[in-house]
Amino acid sequence: MATFGAGGATTSYEELENTDLIICWGSNTMECHPIIYNHMRRGIKNGAKMVVVDPRKIDQVKKAYKWLPVNVGTDIALANALANVIISEDLHNKEFIERATENFEAYKEKVAGYTPELAEKITGVPAEDIREVARMYATAEKAILNWTLGVTEHHNGADAVFALINLGLLTGHVGKYGSGLNPLRGQNNVQGGGDMGALPNRMVGGWQWDDPEARELFEEVWGVPLPEKVGKNQAEMMEAVEAGEIRCMYVIGENPAQSDADENKHERLFRSLDFLVVQDIFLTKTGRLADVVLPAAASWAETEGTVINSERRVQRVRRVVDPPGEARPDEWILQDIANRMGANWNYETAEDVWNEVRRLAPNFSGITYERLERYGGIQWPCLDGSFEEISDNTPKEQLAAGTKGAETGKGTTLTTDVVEKRDLGTKFLHVELWAEEVKKRAPFHPVDHAGPVEMPDDEYPFQLTTGRRLAFHNTGTMTQDYKKVKDPEELIEISPEDAEALGIENGDFVRVSSRRGTVPRVRARVTDRVRPGLVFMGYSFPDEVPTNVLTINAVDPQSGTAELKACAVRVEPAA
Amino acid sequence: MVEALTTNGTREVNTICGFCGVGCGLTVRVEDGVIQKVTGQKDNPSSKGEACIKGREGWRHLYSKKRLTQPLIRKEGELVPASWDEALDLVAGRFSEIKEEYGPDAFGMFSSSRSTNELNYLAGKFARTVFGNSNIDSCNRA
Repeated sequence: MATFGAGGATTSYEELENTDLIICWGSNTMECHPIIYNHMRRGIKNGAKMVVVDPRKIDQVKKAYKWLPVNVGTDIALANALANVIISEDLHNKEFIERATENFEAYKEKVAGYTPELAEKITGVPAEDIREVARMYATAEKAILNWTLGVTEHHNGADAVFALINLGLLTGHVGKYGSGLNPLRGQNNVQGGGDMGALPNRMVGGWQWDDPEARELFEEVWGVPLPEKVGKNQAEMMEAVEAGEIRCMYVIGENPAQSDADENKHERLFRSLDFLVVQDIFLTKTGRLADVVLPAAASWAETEGTVINSERRVQRVRRVVDPPGEARPDEWILQDIANRMGANWNYETAEDVWNEVRRLAPNFSGITYERLERYGGIQWPCLDGSFEEISDNTPKEQLAAGTKGAETGKGTTLTTDVVEKRDLGTKFLHVELWAEEVKKRAPFHPVDHAGPVEMPDDEYPFQLTTGRRLAFHNTGTMTQDYKKVKDPEELIEISPEDAEALGIENGDFVRVSSRRGTVPRVRARVTDRVRPGLVFMGYSFPDEVPTNVLTINAVDPQSGTAELKACAVRVEPAA
Repeated sequence: MVEALTTNGTREVNTICGFCGVGCGLTVRVEDGVIQKVTGQKDNPSSKGEACIKGREGWRHLYSKKRLTQPLIRKEGELVPASWDEALDLVAGRFSEIKEEYGPDAFGMFSSSRSTNELNYLAGKFARTVFGNSNIDSCNRA
């Protein structure tokens, strides 16, 4: 999130229980983040209203005060229209905008074009509902906006995230207890992957790759000069493979040949490499294409280390059992390869590695293994781990804390007298935006709507959107061993109207094809969760139902993410 | 680097769920080195004892017959078992040759949003200092 300089949910989970409005945007929280949803459920019990923005009538719509059935890939138009209403009805938080933000005039001009009536045509959401939700959000005392991949897995997903963050800035719903902006992470350590600098443009601790101060620090700690240029993201790397520039790859714990859009093309690219190394706990499709496959320990139960969750909490994973056979923890395999290539790494424990992280990343400097042991998880930033870094206090104290915190410059950590010894670290981010004098303003990023790259037409008349179901996870490598579970197979959701027109009954098999590939057989689930013209598939049984042969590799240049949430398909009864 | 665990008796160990990004605390009961039961960790500050079906039941994948248990090397088109030494030498050797021949930009790395912070940190360091480029990304969805 370039707006604030650090990427992470701004609130804690518990704040969902102490807020007035919870918006779930492109997030099937109940199925995909069930325990965060429990916090939301308690919030609703405590009086909060929930608004669900989703093309499908997902189960949590039943609990919602309002459901905005947005057309797939039109989130920016909807967000801009909400802003249009808020500004035209003079409900925006002028004091906050004045003091803590910049670029408001350009934003105001941009959203002026997005009237609720125009947005109704684009998004399918009635103009009156747009007005009502805009008023609710702007006038709520506290409001938390949550989103997931329904917003980001588009060719312009990064813009869509800006469109949502803009709403938080417009209303001042950020930087105070019970209000915030939360990207909910899909994998156990997506947050940590980014925070640890496994990114082409940022290094551990959120340092920009070309920050002179960072370069000096890293070169001192690492003892070697840093690369002179920015790296390539995932999509750019695949392009470089196609161009013959990248000749070898090392893939750890991912299955990109199966999880990425346009699976057939990705398979061809991985095959074209001179040398491919895959390290994983199972022999995935990507592994089957490799020259060397290295057996890894499962990080959550067979290794020592830390992970970071969707409320920025650093927590310890432990070696509960030994890995099978000769499988080994990821980092020790990597250390052996590095040393065989001439490096001189001498980490003996995961804690040794973590302590190096603490030297480079101020946000983590106060989080030691010993403190994690003593207090449980700790939310970053945590500069020195002193009890003075807690933001769990009254708004007045926060304000004072923010002022002091802002003075510390880099870290943005808060400093105030404390409260409760269990919670080291920082409960919510950006309190400094409420300081009397804001040192670093948060900019509005005006963005325009641009719908999905591939829309349905005569040849491929349905729009396919994809996602996860409760009991199953991603490419399924970890969730195909349940003893018994409901619907242990892939399904395609299709509306009763479309099913009737195609002569399909619930439980029948259908064939699904796109311009890129065909899924010959998948069972139909006839349901009004999807509207006519829209179909939904998961992707957790890829060997039987390779959903990603259908999806389109239309990549967002800003995020490197493909438009997995929207493509055009044809559905017909299976032969 | 890490010694084998004692395999006798019953123990309960706390760890963090390996599925989605909620990061629920789990208490794992182990008997004679084998997991018997997984429950939500009561005093975890994020999840407060709760865990969903994936967290409670998903551990069985650890004991899947499909787990990789030894390194595999492609020989004459087939992936065949190899020793760690042979596999690591081959990886380091081929990476070094390719770096020598085509330069550091010929290398790309996908790190894992499923693995630990420690692994992800070292992966970034590996790309930047051992290979000498910043072609590293974490998958968003795998």
